[in-house]
Amino acid sequence: MKRKNTSLYIGLVLAGLVALLVVVGCFWTPYEPTAMSGSAKFLAPSWRHWFGTDNFGRDIFSRVMKGAGTTFFISLCTVAIGASAGIVVGSLTGYFGGWVDDVLMRLNDAMTAFPSILLALVLISLLGPGEYHIILALGLVFIPSYARVVRSEFARQKELNYVSSARLMGAGNLRILFVHMLPNTGPVLLPAIVIGFNNAVLAEASMSYLGIGVQPPGASLGYMLSESQSYLGKAPWYALCTGLTIVVLILGFSLISQGLRRRKKRRRC
Amino acid sequence: MLEIQDLHVRFHDSDHEAVRGIDLTVNDGEIVGLVGESGSGKTVTAMTVAGLLECDRVEKRGALHLDGCDLLRCDRETLRTVQGKDIGIVFQEPMNAMNPLMRIGPQVEESLLAHTKMRKEERRRLALAAMADAELSNPEGIYGKYPHELSGGMLQRVMIAAAIVSEPKLLLADEPTTALDVTIQAQILRLLKKLNGEKGMSILFISHNLNVVRKLCSRVAVMEKGKIVETGSTDQVFYHPRAEYTKRLIAAIPTRRKIT
Amino acid sequence: MKYTAKKLLLAAVTMVIVSFLAFLAFQIIPGDPTTTLLGTDATPERVEALRHSLGLDRPFLVRYGSWVAGFFRGALGTSYSYSMPVGSMLGGKIPITGLLTGLSFVLIVAVSLPVGLLSSQKENSRLDQVLDAVNQVLMAVPPFFTGILLTYVFGLVLKWFTPGSFVAPGENFGACLRYLIFPAVAIALPRIAMTVKMLRSSMQSELRRAGYVRTAYSRGDSRRRVLYGHVLRNALVPVVTFLAMTMADIVAGSVVIEQVFAIPGMGQLLLRSVSTRDFPVVQAIIVIIAFWVVLVNFLADVINQRIDPRLRLQ
Repeated sequence: MKRKNTSLYIGLVLAGLVALLVVVGCFWTPYEPTAMSGSAKFLAPSWRHWFGTDNFGRDIFSRVMKGAGTTFFISLCTVAIGASAGIVVGSLTGYFGGWVDDVLMRLNDAMTAFPSILLALVLISLLGPGEYHIILALGLVFIPSYARVVRSEFARQKELNYVSSARLMGAGNLRILFVHMLPNTGPVLLPAIVIGFNNAVLAEASMSYLGIGVQPPGASLGYMLSESQSYLGKAPWYALCTGLTIVVLILGFSLISQGLRRRKKRRRC
Repeated sequence: MLEIQDLHVRFHDSDHEAVRGIDLTVNDGEIVGLVGESGSGKTVTAMTVAGLLECDRVEKRGALHLDGCDLLRCDRETLRTVQGKDIGIVFQEPMNAMNPLMRIGPQVEESLLAHTKMRKEERRRLALAAMADAELSNPEGIYGKYPHELSGGMLQRVMIAAAIVSEPKLLLADEPTTALDVTIQAQILRLLKKLNGEKGMSILFISHNLNVVRKLCSRVAVMEKGKIVETGSTDQVFYHPRAEYTKRLIAAIPTRRKIT
Repeated sequence: MKYTAKKLLLAAVTMVIVSFLAFLAFQIIPGDPTTTLLGTDATPERVEALRHSLGLDRPFLVRYGSWVAGFFRGALGTSYSYSMPVGSMLGGKIPITGLLTGLSFVLIVAVSLPVGLLSSQKENSRLDQVLDAVNQVLMAVPPFFTGILLTYVFGLVLKWFTPGSFVAPGENFGACLRYLIFPAVAIALPRIAMTVKMLRSSMQSELRRAGYVRTAYSRGDSRRRVLYGHVLRNALVPVVTFLAMTMADIVAGSVVIEQVFAIPGMGQLLLRSVSTRDFPVVQAIIVIIAFWVVLVNFLADVINQRIDPRLRLQ
């Protein structure tokens, strides 16, 4: 190994930081996130309030912890739905092929051309706003991208020797698909999942910013950012700290994904 | 004209040398064959002569002169004056070696563009002439086509035309017929011989195929694992081989005579 | 010619499918809008009368057909919330969003092409590594956050513009542009980073694997000639496709950015309509955007076919 995989390490640190905030935030925050205080409005960041306070005197750091938790939760659920459905669809169509595969591929291409946020917006307009509707909408919207990655891997791998030998030994199709082939798609699937997570974070934050995501009093980083905009002059730290948390989270995961890909490349040689 | 003395070439990421001290000469108007199996170092030698090895990945030692000009020096400017103008190269896979998005004509003119300030009409004239020399039957028609529209044999003639258009002193042919059908192979070999005869152009012909080398070359050098194990005139090497390896190579040539 | 015709047919079929699905989604699934319009205590006769006047009692396919016909005439339906023709609602807003989108696209192309080419020329140098790091960071910043930062730095601190005071292009084109440049930058930045990365990797993969690169060097070409005369053309095809996708992506991005900068464009209208469940408006906008996506992809296919003659055979 000539060069240290710095991306991976920095990514792990950054993402780990935010993950730590999230986990801790589930059990404890420095202040009650919804606790308002008339006297403590618009305080700049200090030792007492690491991120300062907002227009209601609430501690921003605590709210960021909770908000990051919400974002994390929603993104994880989104990835879970999208990836599992995508794996099922992608593995079946990639392995069996046929006209179903052709039709679904066309559909997939068409869906990908259309921006995912807009598709999600369409779904939300039908379902109504709210945390669980966002999860459903985003999960559905992201299925095609996972399906495509899985499908191309399965289509490629079904020609490989280990698949034919498994078949010759009498393994049933389902067993071949999920016990043999699926683990082998890991190196390709894992970065795709990480990227999907990032996209989900971005999408959730955008939708919460627009007001159609998590509704108050639920905490959400996107919603906090939209609130903070009105007070940019008085309390710029509100927007800055909230936004930076999102950036650190996304940057962390994208560096991890880049680091994973670099490791995979080197191992191939 | 081309003189190689004690050439050593080692790639940075390998612990042994690819070329371990070879001496080779190509005189004016000669056709010299460099024979060996894969891994013998013949292609590396060819690429060193051509100046196509990336300098920061390779370590070279020895002497390599083309009419006195030292080709082991690494600066791009020196190499550029020679590449395309004094040395023309024909590669093994013509379809792979050409730009699929560019028409044939400009690709044949490439070395003229790099080395001269000729106007478009002048370049086109020379390119068409070179294509005719390469025995292409319809130079004007082919000029405007794309590589994927031509067959392998025609493409290789285009490559030859591109290599000779600047009238180089030396033509480096790296397994030019290996990827072609056998009937086309014979045609290309005859073409090379004709070009050598008409233009007095020296040819360094790299191949692993002894039969082909025997038909074309006047002198042969046999390489094994980075060293030249035998050199001499074609007749000498084929009918009176001295090195063990050469004998083995010759014995391995499939013949039509019955094996008794 | 055959290739173009085939792609055109494909585009038309896609539009039919998309418009059908959109109609299905917004006219059939949500059900009857009469309760929203009249309230729950309306008399059955009034409900029936309204349904008849809106044409809601006709069979599904007839409704679809007349909507499509109306689309070509410019009659895009009637808004539930405002009882206005959707067309007139959109009339003023499409040019604004169009201007914003166009500005972003120009920025993206104008910045990413030179930067991408420069970084390909100086591969693995210090500059290149710095650019790569900057790229990574830029892609991680959500556009609406960039928008907020720009608002803060240029609007409040430097006072180069007044946030929220959008000027219509009809009133004062120059002032409108001066305002729109900031949201355009917010939209463009992450996509510039992505395009640079795309261009770099495309050129690198060509340089590494293409046989004609070695041939070009063997003819005496300089590195510059190899890059710009040969590799660029070959590397361009995936970039063109990517830019088409970006074009579609920018429109989605403008939905969010218009909120950040209080721009009365199509995106803002879409958002409002989604919140109030004003389906005719949502439907019309979605179909317009879908049309835009199909058009842009079609253009990209045509351009690629001109660059790469091998595609004409498919």
